[in-house]
Amino acid sequence: MVFLDFEQPLESLYEQLDKIRQVGEEGEIDVSVMIKELETKIKNKRKELYNNLSGWQKVQISRHPERPYTLYYIRQMSRKFVELHGDRYVKDDKAIVGGLANLDGQTVMLIGHQKGVNTKMRQFRNFGMANPDGYRKALRLMKMAERFQMPVVTLIDTPGAYPGLEAEERGQAEAIARNLFEMAQLRVPIICIVIGEGASGGALGIGVGDRVYMLEYTWYSVISPESCSSILWHSWDYKEQAAEALKLTADDMHAFGLIDGIIKEPVGGAHSNPEEMAKLLKRQIKKAITELSEMTPEDRIEARINKYAGMGVYDVVSETATDDNNNVPSDEK
Amino acid sequence: MGWFRRLREGIQTATGNKKEAPEGLWYQCKACKETSTMKELKENFFKCPFCNYHVRISSKEYFGLIFDGNYETLFDNLRARDVLQFTDLKPYPQRIEETMKKTRLTEAMTVAKGKVNKRPLVIAAMDFNFIGGSMGAVVGEKISLSIDHCLAHRIPLLIISKSGGARMMEAAFSLMQMAKTAAKLTLLAKAGIPYFSLLTDPTTGGGTASYAMLGDINFAEPQALIGFAGPRVIRETIKRDLPEDFQTSEFLVEHGFLDFVVDRKELRERISDLLYLFDEKNRVLVADAEND
Ligand SMILES: [Zn+2]
Repeated sequence: MVFLDFEQPLESLYEQLDKIRQVGEEGEIDVSVMIKELETKIKNKRKELYNNLSGWQKVQISRHPERPYTLYYIRQMSRKFVELHGDRYVKDDKAIVGGLANLDGQTVMLIGHQKGVNTKMRQFRNFGMANPDGYRKALRLMKMAERFQMPVVTLIDTPGAYPGLEAEERGQAEAIARNLFEMAQLRVPIICIVIGEGASGGALGIGVGDRVYMLEYTWYSVISPESCSSILWHSWDYKEQAAEALKLTADDMHAFGLIDGIIKEPVGGAHSNPEEMAKLLKRQIKKAITELSEMTPEDRIEARINKYAGMGVYDVVSETATDDNNNVPSDEK
Repeated sequence: MGWFRRLREGIQTATGNKKEAPEGLWYQCKACKETSTMKELKENFFKCPFCNYHVRISSKEYFGLIFDGNYETLFDNLRARDVLQFTDLKPYPQRIEETMKKTRLTEAMTVAKGKVNKRPLVIAAMDFNFIGGSMGAVVGEKISLSIDHCLAHRIPLLIISKSGGARMMEAAFSLMQMAKTAAKLTLLAKAGIPYFSLLTDPTTGGGTASYAMLGDINFAEPQALIGFAGPRVIRETIKRDLPEDFQTSEFLVEHGFLDFVVDRKELRERISDLLYLFDEKNRVLVADAEND
């Protein structure tokens, strides 16, 4: 088991539990009562810790190394899955996976960022940071889903689109922009769920949908707390403050109307009970598909565009601005 | 009408009774370090007379360069709101207020409607001086309203990008402006109204990854920095030096992401040509027109 820093109290309880169990195995003393007590203690402690999480702590949970990733959820939710590879232009991006899945009879196109489960696989998956090829593969699969009238489900979990040389050469910005554009007009239902990290354009590149949900302990924002700290505080040391300032939790995002709902996680986070998490996820996806199936494609697209068009808060002043800036060339100050 | 006169007229219209740049002021080129007078610079379309470096200019200066003369600004009444109560080294409202005072702008984008060789055009132009040309809710809404205006009046849209990316102080609201602007642009595309995207130095981050890359025509000024990630981040990630022309306008043309690079001297004429070629009267197929 991997414990996060704020889970230290849990770790020591687990250590105690291990010791008592050892004593029990030696067979001299009956420890069953003590074990029961400790297990209750652990349960309560976990509840207590997880009821009072800061923004930064949720970021930590979203990155927990034992947290389930896209392929795990697909295998749990779908009896059959045929993974499809390649963007048909350049290559197959390993940081975004996708293919045909089936949720209790309903075939869907399931697409998601994929992080690696161990050191070797993390490299292989490029830490879930996609190149343009990944976004173009995703778009190819979405257009296929549209042709065959299958709902599209995307699972978002990325620390960002990959900032690499080839990524720029092959048009990272264009690839993401194109997906935003095409997803706005896709004729089939799109359901997007942030299952871990939702970092910026890399997340949004497969994240425009009729329904967008976040798992309870995930984050979604324009930048990671670390990078935000580095840029605005000129230091890497303000990530906790940045996490609070960005209001990046599922609760915040829902309160702002930027997502459509939150999917509860088991106490202790998705990694403490992945099977249960997959069940909860599947239930929500099926519910959304049922709701969205009742609308015509035209109505869905209109509602989708109106939803995004309504995002953004600003003030409207009554007097019109008359100020003109002067003519000094505005070379950067 | 000569270029020079048009330019002068444009500037006068743009500034009205406001102060002109003091004549005789010197400008030292950022690229070649040569010094020219402000007057020489202006007469040369705000390009260095020695090395053709395109000086970063404001939205108003572009309006002056591109429109026939008069133009009308639109949606000037929108202001940023501190919905997150965001404070980094200073509170966001304070940052906005100081920026407004310093730049005499109200936001990082100004929208204007005018004519180019008598053909109507809506221009939404960004100002880098305003918090790095960052895209917040006001920029997104101005683009959205511009699109509505273009749809209602069947006028082409030109967005002049000059942006460091998202406005972090608006966090996820800023991020969603990417989806918002892209979604709204699909309506222009469906209506058959052309959208021209001019990328100027610099255009990076969220703006590039949404509206700036979605033009029916994407074009740029020479030697502009254009990309998704900034060069510093890329260098730190890949841990090696970047090619010299990396992320320049010319690099993007070579890799297939821009239609052409245009010198600022020819900017107005090129836009005028596009408006002529895309003019509905000129492009509707003869057979279709006869069926009407
Ligand atoms: Zn020069």
